[in-house]
Amino acid sequence: MHLVYPAVLSALLFCTGLYGVLARRNAILVLMSVELMLNAVNLNLVAFDVWLSKAARETLHSGQALTLFTIAIAAAEIGIGLAIVLAVHRNRGTSDIDRLRDAAEGPGDGSDDSDGSDSAAATAPGAEKAEATA
Amino acid sequence: MTLAAAHPGFLSPTGVEIAFLLVGLATFGAALVTVTTKQLVHAALWLVVTLGGLAVEYLLLTAEFIAWVQVLIYVGSVVVLLLFGLMLTKAPIGRSPDADSGNRWAALVVAVAAAAALVWVVVDAFRTTWIDLDGAAAGSTAVTGASLFQNWVLPFEALSVLLLAALVGAIVLSRKAKADAAAPQVPEARGEQAAEEGAR
Repeated sequence: MHLVYPAVLSALLFCTGLYGVLARRNAILVLMSVELMLNAVNLNLVAFDVWLSKAARETLHSGQALTLFTIAIAAAEIGIGLAIVLAVHRNRGTSDIDRLRDAAEGPGDGSDDSDGSDSAAATAPGAEKAEATA
Repeated sequence: MTLAAAHPGFLSPTGVEIAFLLVGLATFGAALVTVTTKQLVHAALWLVVTLGGLAVEYLLLTAEFIAWVQVLIYVGSVVVLLLFGLMLTKAPIGRSPDADSGNRWAALVVAVAAAAALVWVVVDAFRTTWIDLDGAAAGSTAVTGASLFQNWVLPFEALSVLLLAALVGAIVLSRKAKADAAAPQVPEARGEQAAEEGAR
């Protein structure tokens, strides 16, 4: 098989995930796009490992071992990421990453989203209600 | 590498290449729908198609063990975790018009530019490189297990410690100081544990 096929598919999947990370607003959709990027890297690792295991002799199958490690780390990452997203959703009432601007710097600090304290007065009414029910 | 003349060219693709191309097109299309659909649950379900297509690509590349691990962990637990997350954050079922943020055109420009650059570089670099898929499978369970437990034992064990730390961290993040939030943390911890068991 030509090596270009898996390499090009991997590059296209990576850029699809890149678009998803940059353009999505829901935090869980961003996590899905991160999974796409990780899978693109996995496909690259597997393809080059299959190529090198026939082209060279001693490769230790490092590509496939690294793919397994990447899959396990991605599983850990999705668990921790979803725990963080759920904690944020429980505290703020939203998983919209455009509205989580407490750590933002810049000239726009005087607006309503610059309140770094945990008082519920500065957040939206929906967030207030969710925090009251949580 | 060897000469290009010694190998078949682009104009005479083998059956494996045609299958790879077709499955790759389906995978890429499902990935595009995943990042562009307005319905959040549909995005998770199209992600299943993408990950399953990638598992088929691994099978075509003779990496059998990776393919089944992909099905087991990604389709089996990661997507289930994502669906749990969508439900627990009260994601809307129907179309949500604010799924994309305002900078999606900038994101599109960045992604298309990155794709063009990457594809150009990759095609230019590996134009005359062929994978030899004949002979013994490069990624059967025996080969992968042997290399994993002969050469990669220490990273493997370190990875189990990392998974344990992630499990504990997910539990700590999911519980509250008050005792009134017992419900949302249970599927989280179970899914993480399933992911760990799948990885072992």
